Amino acid sequence: MAAFTQSTARFAAGLPLLLLAGAFLVEYAPFADIQPIRMLFGASILNFALRATVPLILGALGGILCERSGIVNIGIEGMMLAGAFAAFVAKTATNHWALGPSLLLGTCATLLTGAAMGLLHALFCLRFGMHQIISGTALILLSMGISATFFDRDAVAVGKFAPWPVPLLSEWPVIGPLLFNKPPITYAALLIVAVVGFALAHTRWGLRTRAIGEHPRAADTAGVAVLRLRYLNTALGGALAGLGGGYLVLEAVGQFQEGMTAGRGFIALAAMIFGNWHPVGALGASLLFGYAQAVQNELLLAQVTVLPRHFVAMIPYLVTVIAVSGLVGRVRAPGSLGQPYRRETET
Amino acid sequence: MPMPNAQPWPVAALQTAVALLGVALLGAVLIAVLGYNPWAAFAGLAEGSLGTERGLAATVRKTAPFVLTGLSVALALKAGLFNFGAAGQFLMGSVGAVWVGIQFQGLPVWFHLPLALAVGIGSGSAWGTIPGWLKVSTGAHEGITTIMLNYVAALFAGWSVFAGSSLSTTRPGPLWDPTSGPVSASPDVLVSARIPWILGPPLRIHWGIALALLTALLMWWLLERTRFGFELKTVGAKPLAARYAGMRSGWTTVLAMTWAGGLAGLAGAIETLGVNHKFAPEFGGGMGFEGITIALLGQGHPLGIVLAALLFAVLDAGASKMQFNSGVPSDIIQVVQALILIFVAAPALATWLLDRVSRTQRASAAAAGLRA
Repeated sequence: MAAFTQSTARFAAGLPLLLLAGAFLVEYAPFADIQPIRMLFGASILNFALRATVPLILGALGGILCERSGIVNIGIEGMMLAGAFAAFVAKTATNHWALGPSLLLGTCATLLTGAAMGLLHALFCLRFGMHQIISGTALILLSMGISATFFDRDAVAVGKFAPWPVPLLSEWPVIGPLLFNKPPITYAALLIVAVVGFALAHTRWGLRTRAIGEHPRAADTAGVAVLRLRYLNTALGGALAGLGGGYLVLEAVGQFQEGMTAGRGFIALAAMIFGNWHPVGALGASLLFGYAQAVQNELLLAQVTVLPRHFVAMIPYLVTVIAVSGLVGRVRAPGSLGQPYRRETET
Repeated sequence: MPMPNAQPWPVAALQTAVALLGVALLGAVLIAVLGYNPWAAFAGLAEGSLGTERGLAATVRKTAPFVLTGLSVALALKAGLFNFGAAGQFLMGSVGAVWVGIQFQGLPVWFHLPLALAVGIGSGSAWGTIPGWLKVSTGAHEGITTIMLNYVAALFAGWSVFAGSSLSTTRPGPLWDPTSGPVSASPDVLVSARIPWILGPPLRIHWGIALALLTALLMWWLLERTRFGFELKTVGAKPLAARYAGMRSGWTTVLAMTWAGGLAGLAGAIETLGVNHKFAPEFGGGMGFEGITIALLGQGHPLGIVLAALLFAVLDAGASKMQFNSGVPSDIIQVVQALILIFVAAPALATWLLDRVSRTQRASAAAAGLRA
């Protein structure tokens, strides 16, 4: 992981620190009066950035689980859309319940649907020999079609997750309201980054996952059930990507719209690559892309008229293109990525 | 990632037929599960697309852009590239063609129309070249960059006919027509830049379909009879061999995306110069993923792509009649398209499904025989 410890980690650690430093300056130094600095580091933009980051990092983690085990997942967008739609259906069906159980059911629905999409992806790729990129495309088309067909445009989801302030920590200046007064899926997303990062590096499951992603034959020889682990990880990854979509419905927006993921799955994919297939790196990359969206949003709110709003709205997409074009040096994909694995019974 | 190998055409045709049979079967089951009558749905689909003069005309009209976006994806795929960017290239082609089409009053048709088409192709090509070049020079995966550029193209196209804002001093877009009302659009394309009708209104079939078929023929020639086509296929199928043979694989990759972009750009130009006669952002939507399915359904062969595009045009033209006749929501066509992609890309799946069905039937027949 030499490549990781160099550029990506530095970037992943640097960007949040930079943003936090800016936030403190705005809070405590006279910079608050300087409009551009307040716009770039104020509470409003940083909160928006975090909100935009959560679905991206969940999608990117979903991608990491699939791709570190050797399966290309371009269908994150579809898994997210399916997760969002499932959350909406579950939420609207239980509007008459108390808010808590209803949201919990929505979360379960989103996780299960995502996992089912992941399993479908694995089934297509591993059982039926479909090209992995095409299978991902099919998942996107499938969830677009199904959500458009079954979307009840009159249905309204009542209520969404409210912030859960962490005792004591949420009282801290700047950091408190920014990080410790958030709704639950945001906490969960940040926690999952740490869990996946640790598990990939330090557990038996992680070692096996990396092994089947880098060299499945060697792993097989050593007794790892390559295909079974690939099924498992793709389903897990799908569940996380689904949660990224569910977040939009259950926590951020509160409603579903057709095609509401709006390319977030692809940006998440870009974050995974930019983060060098590492959870912490992907977090940094997601934050960068989320921040780009927030900058766009602030510029639109401030009605900056130098540029027409269409060009301002291009910023997140252009930042993504520039980032995957290797802004921070070369990245390295898992060794067996995209190659179907067939066990050879006799050679 | 190795692409599935090309098969002799009878095998490919048989596989495709089996796949489509599987889709029809699954589609019928889906419609029945939703509580509608599958036969009414299929009949409505056929009636709306093939049964009436107008329906037939809509099918023919819709075939042209489907052929071209299918060819666009297929060409990139031959070079081992995934062009998810047909939607963006289509939009850029539309904007470019309209930009030429609304000015130069008084030019003769034989000059104005080709010029507008050429600028449309050029705009699409330029848009396709960017991800190709990024891929070669930095290794950025074209799957992501093409999608991101779709969004950028949509915003750019939206800006081009943007009506300006009364809140701020933002100026209107360069193609905006002040008389276009609440849905902002470009002015009408001058008559000298319109693609002539084969059959005028109300049928509205224009020569774009002939242009699309000609392009398919041209692409067959390019792929099968030219050195560039050979290099392109070699770079796509066996990159290492191509490099050992001294082929300039980077150059071929960029060119493949340029051509792919040009084909999608031509589709956009044809739609604006032939059908809509102006540009409004609403016209653009959704030509991207269809192209992928059409390319795969047509097995990457120009003739197959024409047939696949015809099928997609039938689905597109018949969808509203199907909804009207049978109540099945027309959005289900998207699900059907996804199923087509799945079944075509996984021949094993269709075989497995049909095998299961026939086995169940045999079993039930056997059970019936036992009872009798």
